[in-house]
Amino acid sequence: MSETAVDLDRRRFLTGTAVVIGGIGAATAAVPFIASFQPSARAKAIGAPVEVDISTIEVGQRVTYKWRGKPVWVLRRTPEQLDALKGGNGPVLGDPDSVKSEQPAFAVNAWRSLKPEYLVLVGVCTHLGCSPSFRPLPDADTGADWKGGFFCPCHGSKFDLAGRVFAGVPAPTNLVVPPYKFLSDTRILIGESDGGKS
Amino acid sequence: MKTFIFALCLMGCAGLVSANEGGPVLLESHANLDSKINLQRGARTFVNYCLSCHSASYMRYSRLIDDLGLTKEVVEKNLMFTTDKIGDPMQVAMKPVDAEAWFGVPPPDLSVIARARGADWLYSFLLGFYKDEKRPTGVNNLYFPTTAMPAVLSRLQGVQVLKTAAEGEAAHGEGHAGHSGPTLELAMPGTQSPEEYAATVRDLVSFMVYLGEPAKLVRYKIGFWVLAFLFVLFISTYLLKKEYWKDVH
Amino acid sequence: MSFITKGLTGLRDWVDDRFPLMTLWNDHMGAYYAPKNFNFWYYFGVLSLVVLVIQIVTGIWLVMNYKPDATLAFASVEYIMRDVNWGWLIRYMHSTGASFFFIVVYMHMFRGLLYGSFKQPRELIWILGMFIYLSLMAEAFFGYLLPWGQMSFWGAQVITSLFGAVPVVGEQLAELIRGDYVISDITLNRFFSFHVIALPFAIAGLVVLHIIALHEVGSNNPDGVEIKKLKDKDGKPLDGIPFHPYYTVKDSVGVVVFLMFFASVVFFAPEMGGYFLEANNFIPADPMKTPLHIAPVWYFTPFYSILRANTYPFFGVDAKLWGVIFMGLGTMVFFLLPWLDRSPVKSIRYRGGIYKSALAIFVVAFVVLGYLGILPPTPGRTLTAQIFTVVYFLFFALMPLYTKWDKTKPVPERVTH
Repeated sequence: MSETAVDLDRRRFLTGTAVVIGGIGAATAAVPFIASFQPSARAKAIGAPVEVDISTIEVGQRVTYKWRGKPVWVLRRTPEQLDALKGGNGPVLGDPDSVKSEQPAFAVNAWRSLKPEYLVLVGVCTHLGCSPSFRPLPDADTGADWKGGFFCPCHGSKFDLAGRVFAGVPAPTNLVVPPYKFLSDTRILIGESDGGKS
Repeated sequence: MKTFIFALCLMGCAGLVSANEGGPVLLESHANLDSKINLQRGARTFVNYCLSCHSASYMRYSRLIDDLGLTKEVVEKNLMFTTDKIGDPMQVAMKPVDAEAWFGVPPPDLSVIARARGADWLYSFLLGFYKDEKRPTGVNNLYFPTTAMPAVLSRLQGVQVLKTAAEGEAAHGEGHAGHSGPTLELAMPGTQSPEEYAATVRDLVSFMVYLGEPAKLVRYKIGFWVLAFLFVLFISTYLLKKEYWKDVH
Repeated sequence: MSFITKGLTGLRDWVDDRFPLMTLWNDHMGAYYAPKNFNFWYYFGVLSLVVLVIQIVTGIWLVMNYKPDATLAFASVEYIMRDVNWGWLIRYMHSTGASFFFIVVYMHMFRGLLYGSFKQPRELIWILGMFIYLSLMAEAFFGYLLPWGQMSFWGAQVITSLFGAVPVVGEQLAELIRGDYVISDITLNRFFSFHVIALPFAIAGLVVLHIIALHEVGSNNPDGVEIKKLKDKDGKPLDGIPFHPYYTVKDSVGVVVFLMFFASVVFFAPEMGGYFLEANNFIPADPMKTPLHIAPVWYFTPFYSILRANTYPFFGVDAKLWGVIFMGLGTMVFFLLPWLDRSPVKSIRYRGGIYKSALAIFVVAFVVLGYLGILPPTPGRTLTAQIFTVVYFLFFALMPLYTKWDKTKPVPERVTH
């Protein structure tokens, strides 16, 4: 069939060009399909920041709210509990300075919160997603020298009352602090901080 | 029963024609989505006048921020009811049961009404109200006779009356030849001049066209780039084909 | 570089030892010899395949957000159109793809009529193709209910009522199909199942069979010459060229041109003036209120016209049943083409004036019937539809006669360009 000489270089070049351009097209065409997996406007609306009233929370009490389908705890800590967090003679922590953990910049401190009294945490264990339980007092699970904290029933991870993880438990990092801000002394907006939306 | 329904459908096709065939010719709305200012004006009219009775429940307020070039604060202050959240759909405050009791039919959701009815129909309808004491609402509509909807915009438009074909021709003389059928005349002016009112309704209808299909704002632009890309790919594949088919004699 | 090439070659050989990879490639691409004189009409086969892929991919994505529930379906479509990122594009691709599927399939079938592709030895390819076409009609019909708009509901109501015309068991049959006394949530659920599982499987399987049968006997061509008759000393057809690379590069051009048309509709006119997406389907289904004018989507209208054209109870059988019978016959009659056509030649190039005129008249009848099916009938239109229905069937009924009488021209040995 090929009586005339075939310019193989030209063929290779044209084939390469067509494959590259077609490949770019196919990749671009895939973008909308992958992007459609992102949360839809409805999911975003449902996951919008939640405004909560904290005026009814008593000292020492923990209340659970829902934000983006996850439990969010607000704990009003007692002065004794806050003192215990500051004291250096507590348990050995996995990430005491919240270096490896996820939290807004304002929560990188010993209380892991904006106002020391109020702790706001996403109530999901950083190990495998169970929700730890609130244990203000020592019990069989936690041991006798427990100063109050959170205990995950799934795999036994322990966290102190700032959500900081103990050393030697399965959970790798501290409990996540969501972005939040105080709208007034008694109202918190969970899901948005003054540094911007998460 | 099914035979009956089937017969009904066939008869429906045989005897009836679409809503406006044979009715008055629709006015041209010239609705367009090019101007954000006009869409914003339309949105305001829609929220102030339509949303008291009709919902647009597939549309979220938050979408108006990007699509109409507004800020969140403006949307929250000017376009939303105070109890709504920015991510909420445009729901109506009225309960459907009440609505049915007041109007006889529940006012339809307006999310996709522009796609069902067409922009020109909406424009004509909103310009087509006239005084008719026989109707419970006190008005009738040239383009949708015996509509249950009251003349919500009459404060702006004023009150129109119906002139029969003969009266209309007598009043306007020549220049109306060929335009048979009844016409409308302004009997009592509203707060807007007829031109201002037509512009208000045009903006409102433009907004409703947008409301029916928000993607319309972007799809022409994306389509242009897609076609431009395909043209490049066409040249590339065409040259490749030419090259290989040199072999074929 | 050569290292990668070596690795890939090794992998290919490893697979080939365990799976007929190269045999499949050679049978269907690399060493499949296709006639070198394919023209414009020969693009529509590959284009059908392209549309099938578009429909399957976009369909998979739509199902992720669609809800087959009568109370949620309409809203879920609008949810896709607004709230899902790029949902509008995926939905428009699917709705436009439905119409384009029929455009390319009708062109593909017309190609068969032009060049006698259904004739011996390709009868089975034609029959398999007809099964694809029927499955496609069912697929489109089931899919059209899913948006749960007024046209969805009443279209399905009318079509399922057709089964009520069957004597004795008709009413029960219609109820069996709907699973209810009218189209309802139950019907929606089962149509959804058919649309997304049963028929896609059937169509994909039939397409594979269609292509296997084609590659067994070889492709026809615009001259209707069997290229396998004349081979060179290597046993390769003199007028054949390997499908790859020659037709892969040529079809690529065709596919790109097709995509330009497709994208133009998707982005600039997805409603296509109400023919691809009907205005009434933007009103949620209301079992209490029939729209003033209902018409099927354009690709069904020729057959719908035939249905409506039957207004007279011949032989005491009521007109409704005749309508259903003739509509059924109107689609099924294509199955018989390989045996109705008695012409010694395949291609229209070597046929006489009679077949050319008959085919032209048939195309006119098909288009006129399709157009009338869109419009609400008037006595004049019904009469026109009746005349063209007769013309439609005469094309097939008289075919054994006129194809025999037709004066044919001598067919060349080799293909021409």
